Amino acid sequence: MTRGRTKSRGAVERSLASLVDALEYAFYAEELAKEDGLLQKLDPRVKIVAVLPLIVIAALARRLWLIAALFAIAVVLALLSKVPLATLAKRVWLGVLTFTGLISLPALFLTPGQAIYRLPLLGWTVTAPGLRAAVYLITRAETAATFSVLLVLCTPWSSVLKALRVLRLPIVLVVILGMTYRYIFLLLRNAQDMFTSRKSRIVGRLDGPEKRRAAAASAGVLISKTIQLSGDVYLAMRSRGFQGEVFVLDEFQTHWFDWAVLALFISVALVAFWFGR
Amino acid sequence: MHIPDGYLSPSTCALLYGTAIPFWYTAFARVKQLLNTRLIPLLAVAGAFCFVIMMFNVPLPGGTTGHAVGVGAATVVLGPWASMLSVSIALLIQAVFFGDGGITTFGANCFNMAIVGSLVAHFTYRAVAGRTAIASPRRVVAAGLAGYAAINVAALLAACELGIQPLFFKDASGAPLYAPYALHIAIPAMTLGHLTFAGLAELFVAGGVVAYLQRTNPALLGKRSAGSIEAGVPPSGWTTTRPLWIRLALLMLLTPLGILAAGTAWGEWGAKDFADPQMRQQMAAASGRVAPPSKQPRGLARLSSLWSAPFPQYAPPFVRHPAFGYVMSAVFGSGLILGFFLLIGWISEKRTAIESGTSP
Repeated sequence: MTRGRTKSRGAVERSLASLVDALEYAFYAEELAKEDGLLQKLDPRVKIVAVLPLIVIAALARRLWLIAALFAIAVVLALLSKVPLATLAKRVWLGVLTFTGLISLPALFLTPGQAIYRLPLLGWTVTAPGLRAAVYLITRAETAATFSVLLVLCTPWSSVLKALRVLRLPIVLVVILGMTYRYIFLLLRNAQDMFTSRKSRIVGRLDGPEKRRAAAASAGVLISKTIQLSGDVYLAMRSRGFQGEVFVLDEFQTHWFDWAVLALFISVALVAFWFGR
Repeated sequence: MHIPDGYLSPSTCALLYGTAIPFWYTAFARVKQLLNTRLIPLLAVAGAFCFVIMMFNVPLPGGTTGHAVGVGAATVVLGPWASMLSVSIALLIQAVFFGDGGITTFGANCFNMAIVGSLVAHFTYRAVAGRTAIASPRRVVAAGLAGYAAINVAALLAACELGIQPLFFKDASGAPLYAPYALHIAIPAMTLGHLTFAGLAELFVAGGVVAYLQRTNPALLGKRSAGSIEAGVPPSGWTTTRPLWIRLALLMLLTPLGILAAGTAWGEWGAKDFADPQMRQQMAAASGRVAPPSKQPRGLARLSSLWSAPFPQYAPPFVRHPAFGYVMSAVFGSGLILGFFLLIGWISEKRTAIESGTSP
């Protein structure tokens, strides 16, 4: 293995990796949303009204077994919606476990209460309330993240946005969010091109201040392009007759299946709320 | 900094959603008022910019890298209200689509980073940059400090929100239900990381963006830049006229000084003054010892009854204290003049709009 490969990745490579990752994730989500699974079949409005209460109840629950049960429901939903568990594990569970696990680790020792275990070499004591607190945090974070990722992975983004109107979101915000999503890809591509071209021009090693200047300059270029782009988009909209009024095609139609699934979800949410108090 | 779901109790989340809504509403109304139909494309593209900027890895001293939120740069270029909305849009897409930050905690994250972050960045930038030229190095420092202050205040708020959880929310066995660390742990843990590393990323991005724009696109940093929410608004208003208003107020307060002067102004005599022996003496003293006519002039007597002023001698009849009467008269008079010019301005604006065909 060459020395160049072993050295840690620089800021340019990391930025490139995050941008490519975001693009890949978006394309993957669009692909999954086309699958023939349970959540994909549902009307997007029903999905939002059905899944959001489960996220809130996972946050409200005061019993560990109930949060675990909600997590199990999320896993079953993923299986029925043909979302590979390996993807969920890689994309959601591992990330949340690492982040929340690290955050909750000191709570094991810092939370006052009855000691249940003493670490052999360090002599630190794990307390019962500390362990419960860590498990609460991790299971809640995992469950809520799984539900929200399932919601998005099984629904095209444009449909998620249109469905948000069911939550009384103003139509102009729905349009802005839709356009934002579209221009994210354009700006991601712009940023990716900028980083690639910069990387291809660098032959030596840049020092710290030089690297920072380059990153800030990239952000500056992007902000200039953003303002330019917003002006261009505005002129394009005006030339097509835009006068401030926005319209969204409402093509959703609910079937008996949607209502049946919604009733099931609401029942589960109510039962979970009752037991989780 | 992005608080995930499960870290805050639903009641805290609801409270912070409730706190954020009036800010979103005001920001939306203000940006819409200033940008009108340009609002949609600007917010959409600026939201996309904020999203992409959050993915930039900024090299930090010591060989590490960090992510910036971009709130400092967005506030300097777009203004605080548009920045508030753009960062919120980026946070919403991050939370819903990329799972970075929770859905229940979205209100809290927006309150910390988008709302308070934008306001802190705005006031810091204004305070440090002052009235310096666009190309001034002080603006680079101001932007860097604005980003640094914004992100640190946001981190402090997040720490407080997380730190109050174990105080209020515990299960039957006493175990914390949400974020488990009390304020004395949460605040140092969050703020130290941001004061040292994460804050630096924001500092470098905001300062660096301003330095870059000063060299390449200084128009974006001006008050009437394409992206600024102040675009399209004439350079009037409080900021530019503030010194004039202060001077006017001072003059109004100083008007009673006239009472200290002895006698009356030459030639400003009233018809009745000719019959008053004391006033006749003053008239003679002011006119080189030439005695005034024994009777009031006929023309003066006839014309003085044509109009009787509402505030004779700068003191309305119901005001006993003459100094207060002077101040009141000054306020009333200035108000009339300002009102008159506002009316003229309004009529002329209306006519221009009709002529250019932009009137609805």
